[in-house]
Amino acid sequence: MGRKRDIALAAVVLLVLWEAAALALDSMALPQPWQVALDTARRLADGSLLDDLAISTLRALAGIALALATAVPLGLMVGAEEGLRRRLSPYIYLLYPVPHVVLLPLIIILFGIGEFSKIFLIALIVFFQILVTTRDAAKNIHRNYYLAIETLGASRLQVYRHVILPATLPKILTAMRISIGTAVAILFFVESFATTRGLGYIIMDSWGRSDYVALYSGISSMAALGFSLYLLLDRLERRLCLWTQSH
Amino acid sequence: MITVDSACLGFSHGGTTLPVLRDISFTVEECDSCAVIGPSGCGKTSLLFLLAGLLRPDQGVVEVAGQAQSGMILQNYGLFPWKTVAENVGLGLVLRGTARKTVLATVERLLGEMGLSGFGGHFPGQLSGGMQQRVAMARALAVEPRILFMDEPLSSLDALTRERLQNLIAEVWLSKRITMVLVTHSIEEAVFLGRRIVVLGGRPGRVLRLVDNPEAGGGDYRDSDVFFRRCVLLRQILKGEGDGPEA
Repeated sequence: MGRKRDIALAAVVLLVLWEAAALALDSMALPQPWQVALDTARRLADGSLLDDLAISTLRALAGIALALATAVPLGLMVGAEEGLRRRLSPYIYLLYPVPHVVLLPLIIILFGIGEFSKIFLIALIVFFQILVTTRDAAKNIHRNYYLAIETLGASRLQVYRHVILPATLPKILTAMRISIGTAVAILFFVESFATTRGLGYIIMDSWGRSDYVALYSGISSMAALGFSLYLLLDRLERRLCLWTQSH
Repeated sequence: MITVDSACLGFSHGGTTLPVLRDISFTVEECDSCAVIGPSGCGKTSLLFLLAGLLRPDQGVVEVAGQAQSGMILQNYGLFPWKTVAENVGLGLVLRGTARKTVLATVERLLGEMGLSGFGGHFPGQLSGGMQQRVAMARALAVEPRILFMDEPLSSLDALTRERLQNLIAEVWLSKRITMVLVTHSIEEAVFLGRRIVVLGGRPGRVLRLVDNPEAGGGDYRDSDVFFRRCVLLRQILKGEGDGPEA
């Protein structure tokens, strides 16, 4: 409870600072928070913002889901199977440091300017972050755990299910925490061109029209989206990793 | 029945083979108990892993009737911190596809036998060392093994807890009528629990002496003269590497 109160308090302090800065600057470029809140509420009420929020949320979630579905199994296997690790690690070593965001033109050439390209770029960037963390976590599982499950007569699949996955889960969730920030940043990037929907579009569009209140409304919504994903992950972690909180 | 005849074992490391065990021979009768004792680094654990089928000998014969139905208690217990006490104990049965009801009933009974009733929902990290040890014992017993292998099961416990758990191991061994092989570096533990004592020494490890100790496991054996004399004998064998007097 104390933590929730502290977070609420921090939110209030930030709002007060914003209000003070807006009053002090007295510029169109920095509207007051209540003006933004009013504008956001109006857009939510008439449904226009809801659409953009929904499409952005879907793009972010689909990208993260696609990355998870591929990076976690691959990372677990590369980490846990020595032969696979020896063969694939050099490729990961070479491909991981590439700034994947520069592949955007290539992705558009390959997949067009539709939804898939946007989701794919988010997935691609998050993929490597999760892959590397998962691989390292799976590699460092103590030998004792393998011995223990072997003496109980487990199949290889059961070893994954009862040892490798649960042992690496806390690390995977930490990787996801970092990935959410990245995913939302890339979301803004992919929504800033070749689309007329999404929060990124709202931000770019209102910027172009010098509609600063709408601009801040878009920015706040994007922040809220990132924050909600963070909260969701918190929930997930508390449910899935009870044992790390029990000491 | 366990038969080890002229078994040798080495670990290859970077092209060279480091011999670990040399010319090991001994037998253990069905439902008997055997303690393997020796200084650190003499290959005790490797010998246990040979018996459990986790390693294969380079030369010689290791024959263990009922090896497939064995349970193992590892050093530091090998419990899974991400599973509750009940899930740890039931895991061997779950891996075999045993019906849920049977698993729950078995777990409940074993937790009762080990004095752990009410702790099924705890995580291992929330328990003391002695309690974790009893969880490991319950987990090994859950699959109703014909042979129980133990690798220094009590080495990290305080003296009193240790004695209580030695009594528990003796009780389990007598009541369940199983074959038991225990690796230890404690002379008193070997004499209290092993009807047959394999004294290992040297590098690579070899059998210094086989000591028969038919009184092992008895309730007040610890307070008897025979117990004391056997301890002295083992100490002398270990010190003088095999030149001690007969008991």
